[in-house]
Formats: sequence, structure tokens, C-alpha cells
Amino acid sequence: MTAGSTVELVKLRKAYGATVAVDGIDLRIAAGSYCCLLGPSGCGKTSTLRMIAGHEDITDGDLLIGDAVVNDDPPAKRGTAMMFQSYALFPHLDCTDNVAFSLKMKGVGKEERRRRAGEMLDLVDMGKYAGRLPAQLSGGQQQRVALARALITRPGVLLLDEPLSALDPFLRVRMREELKRLHRDIGITFIHVTHSQTEAMALADLAVVMNQGRIEQAGPPRELFNQPRTAFVARFIGGHNVIEGGVVGDAGRCAVRTDRIQLGGTDMLSEIQVEGTVRALEYHGASVHLSLDVAGADEFAVVLDEARYFDAPVGVGDRVRAGWSRRDIHPLVA
Amino acid sequence: MTLTAETSRPSVTAAAGRVRRRRLLPRVAPYLQAAPLTVMLLLFLLVPILTIVVVSFWDYDSVRFYPDFVLTNYTELLTSPVTWKTYLNTLKYAALTWAITLGIGFTVAYFLAFHVRSTTWQMVLFLVCTIPFWTSNIIRMISWIPFLGRNGLLNSGLISAGIIDQPLEFLLFSDFSVVLAFVHLYALFMVVPIFNSMMRIDRALIEAARDGGASAAQTLWNVILPLTKPGIAIGSIFVVTLVMGDFITVRLMSGGQSASIGLMIANEISLLQYPAAAANAVVLLAVVLIMVVAMLRIVDIRKEL
Repeated sequence: MTAGSTVELVKLRKAYGATVAVDGIDLRIAAGSYCCLLGPSGCGKTSTLRMIAGHEDITDGDLLIGDAVVNDDPPAKRGTAMMFQSYALFPHLDCTDNVAFSLKMKGVGKEERRRRAGEMLDLVDMGKYAGRLPAQLSGGQQQRVALARALITRPGVLLLDEPLSALDPFLRVRMREELKRLHRDIGITFIHVTHSQTEAMALADLAVVMNQGRIEQAGPPRELFNQPRTAFVARFIGGHNVIEGGVVGDAGRCAVRTDRIQLGGTDMLSEIQVEGTVRALEYHGASVHLSLDVAGADEFAVVLDEARYFDAPVGVGDRVRAGWSRRDIHPLVA
Repeated sequence: MTLTAETSRPSVTAAAGRVRRRRLLPRVAPYLQAAPLTVMLLLFLLVPILTIVVVSFWDYDSVRFYPDFVLTNYTELLTSPVTWKTYLNTLKYAALTWAITLGIGFTVAYFLAFHVRSTTWQMVLFLVCTIPFWTSNIIRMISWIPFLGRNGLLNSGLISAGIIDQPLEFLLFSDFSVVLAFVHLYALFMVVPIFNSMMRIDRALIEAARDGGASAAQTLWNVILPLTKPGIAIGSIFVVTLVMGDFITVRLMSGGQSASIGLMIANEISLLQYPAAAANAVVLLAVVLIMVVAMLRIVDIRKEL
């Protein structure tokens, strides 16, 4: 199908009156990549997506799709297509007419647009429901139809606004796989807004963590996980303990992965050790998650392999030593 | 866990006791709950209509009417050319009023629902629309007379502005003034249900249409209008039934020069021809019901109720 387009944000800013939703962000999304905008609610990720889609005016800065500045173009001219969080299927039209909507607006003949809509429905495996109204479909099926409707315009960029949040956990994993497959098959740029770091990790080539209208860190998921730049990223991505500066040796504020920490007694050999009290204990099957009260860290978690934990089990309230080696420390800039 | 199990046990047995004692009530309760509405409908809707139907078969002379079973009321009514002309005239008023109120209602509702952004202003402007309803129908109607009359405000204004030489005669006591009064009286009945329908349209649908390349007019025609149909149907039912049954507006605003079915019935009542009036009313009821059913067949209003 169509090749993807690059998307570039230059000092992009969105203000609602005195409230700044997006505070001058710069970002370049390569053509054909899968980009996830990630962050807590109110971080500006949805506003950013809506600005790219053309459903929100840009207060300041530039938006480039391909080589053109598209700040003032209507959505249909940008070569973007959006899939809405609530799917926004037209309730009075059946699947075929929903998918064919944009073709009808362009004046494509009835036969032609119904045929192309049928093909698109087949692509998302919804061919046999072509005659149904949205209300007669399950959430997952509605989503497929919404996807088909977005793709029929042959966009260079597909924008997805929390596409999986309305699905149940089982379906979410399946749709995630399917989005990834679709992305591989059609090769256009996907920009996907989510608040789930699992989703971003599973899908993204480029994960962008946002907070308070700014980009905290952008990079491949593995880079974000292994080298979080700030405490916010480390906490948001999860799997990290943030340790305040001066708590252990000369280091500043730093992060340590929870699964790199060992527990032991006074005979422990780890290079860096702290002492704490076990506050909570959870059995997760393959692993055991412990929360410790440790001076200098708000949250201190330890993830132990199940077998390792049961070699030397500890209980809630026990004093324990937690240790890790120097090379597992990631210094944080903020 | 054990704690909750122990505390919940006594309440379970208590509940069982209550169920046993009140076994009769659950069976009667639904009927009791439905009774007030049933009684209301029987007393204020079914009984009066049945009375009218019964009386429509009675006979009458110039001084009294008496129980009988004659079809003359109906045959006289349906074979008289006056009836057909009056029906045509009434239907004309209904059609004109419907078309104009629909145009106004849709525009006002569209403006309120899609152009006024803040909820506060929506509510304020909506209440402004209802201000005419703070006075009675008759007063609102009569206030047109000094405005539209031969030497009324409008005519004298136009003459002194040099736009016309002679007063415009069609302004008052004409079909124009009747339809104008109807539109003035009933436009709000169209605005409210359409506004209600429009407020239920998910704003994401408008964006989705825009995303699919629809212009504002295309969005209006392909998305907003189809989704507003139930509101249009409800508004149409209000306006059509009100106009079909009206007699006072037609009498006042046409200066007695036009007839409507309502007026015809009112005249028959004033001549004490109750059975004829009843037959006329039954036919009018049937016609209006057919019109309502036809509208409901075209548009499914169930999701609005």
C-alpha cells in the first residue's frame, strides 16, 4: 500500500487559555516506524496526537508531515487518519458504509466504494459482518471496523488514541499482536497514544515518555528501560528503584532495576548494600515481589526468581539486606 | 474471611424470615405500582374518548340530543364538500407550519448544540427560547394584531419609510397571519426535541467525519441529520397534532375568514350539535393518529425515550 510519512514536531505548543498542555516539544518520527506516546493522564500526549491529526489547533511551533508544514491543513489533506478512543463509528451506518464513508465524501461511486470497503473489511477479518450496525458488534469488532475505516483513505500516518483501553485484558493482548502485524504488513507510520508502558514496550520502535507537556525521554523501549534518563521515566516505565543521591556512597540520584537486586544477610558479597524491613510480599508465580522500607527511597521493590526466594524465604517485618553491583546503577539527571 | 462469614449469617436468616412473611406482597406489588398510571389513563384518556365515540352515534335535533345508533353523523360529515375543504385547509396549515418550524427548529437547535461551546451559554440561550412561554397562548397571539393590522406598526412603519404606498392587506386576517401565529406558538416544540437529539450526538463522530474528509455541509447531511431524525419526528408529532386540533388561533388570526377542523367542531358544539361534533372529533382523531403512525414508521424514536 502507501509508504509511511515522516512526522516532525518542531517546538510544538498547545495552550488552552493559561493552561499549557504541550510545552514546545521537538520530535522526529521516522517514516514507517511505530511510535508510542506514553505518559500519565494530563501529560499532553492526547493533545499532541490531536494536533498531528488536525483536530486541535496548533498554538505555536510547526508540524511537518512528509516534507510539508501542515499546521493549517484540514485532516483529510494531511494524509493522516485517526482511530478514536471510542471508535466513533457512525451508529446509523452499517460496517460497509462506515468504512466507505470517506470514499463517499470524495464522490466515489457506490459500487466502487462498497467493493473497496469490502476489501478493507476483509483485511481486518470483518468481511462477514459487513451488513451489521455498530451496536450489533462487540468492542473488539467495532475496533476492527474503525481500523478499516481509518485505513481506507490510504493514509501515510495512522493515529491511534488509546486504541486498546476499552478492551478486556485478553482481547487487548490479541489486538496488540494484530496492530503489530498490520503495521508490518502495510508499512505506514503508526502513532499510538497509551498510558500503559506494557503496551508501549510491546509495540513501539520509538517510545516517547511525556510528563507535564514535555518529553522526558524518547528512544527505543529497550533504551528507555535500561537507561532511563530521569526519575520520572524510571518510575513510569516500572521495574526500577529510584534511590536518592547520597544514600549509597558518592553516587547522585540513581536507578536500579528491581530484578538485579539480591537479598541476603550480613555475609552478603554485593558491592552496594542497604538495610530495610520487608513491608509487603506478593507471590507472582515465576517471581516473588517484595516491598522494602529503605531509607532514601520512597518505594523499594525487589523481584526475586521464585526458586531463589524459597531457598532463603523471608517474611513481612523481617530485617533484610538488599544488595546490587556497581554496574547495575544508572545515574539519573533529574 | 472467617469474620465476614460469621457476621453475615444472622442477616441471611432474617432475610429469609422477611421473605416468608411477605410472600403475598411480591405478587401484588407490580400491579400496585402500575395502578396509579392505569387509573389516570383510564379516567382521563380512555373514558372521555369512549364517551365521544358513543355520543358520535347518537341522534340530535335543534334542542337536544338523545341515545340512539345512527350513522347519519358520519355520512353527513364525510359526504359534505365543506368537510373536505376544511380538512384540506387544516392540512395546508399543518404542512406549512411543520415545514417552517422544522427549518427554524433545526437551525436554532444546531446553533445551540454545535456553535455555542460552553454549557452555561447553552443553558442561558435555551432558557431565552422559552421566555415566550411565560405568557399565555392567547396573549402571544393577540399581540400580533396591533403589529400586523391595516394601520398597525408594520404597515405604518413601512409606509413612513416610503417602501410601500398602500398598507399590505395580506398581513392580518389571512393564511399568512394564521401560519405566522402557529409558527410563533409552536416553534419551540420543534427546537427542544431536536436540540435534545443533537446533544446526544457524540462529538467524536463529527471529528471522525472531518477526519474522513467531510465538509461541514457533508457532515450535516450525512451524520447530523440522520442522527437527529428521532428528534425531528418527536417535534413533528407535537407540531402536527397541535395544529390539526387548533381552533382558537385560526379563528383569531384569520378573523373568522378561514376554517379548520377544530373550528368546525367548536361551531357544532356552540350549536349544541354534540353528536355531529363527536363524529367530527372521532374522524379527526383517526386522521391525526394515522399521521403519527406514519411518522413513527419512517423514524424509529425508541432510543430517544
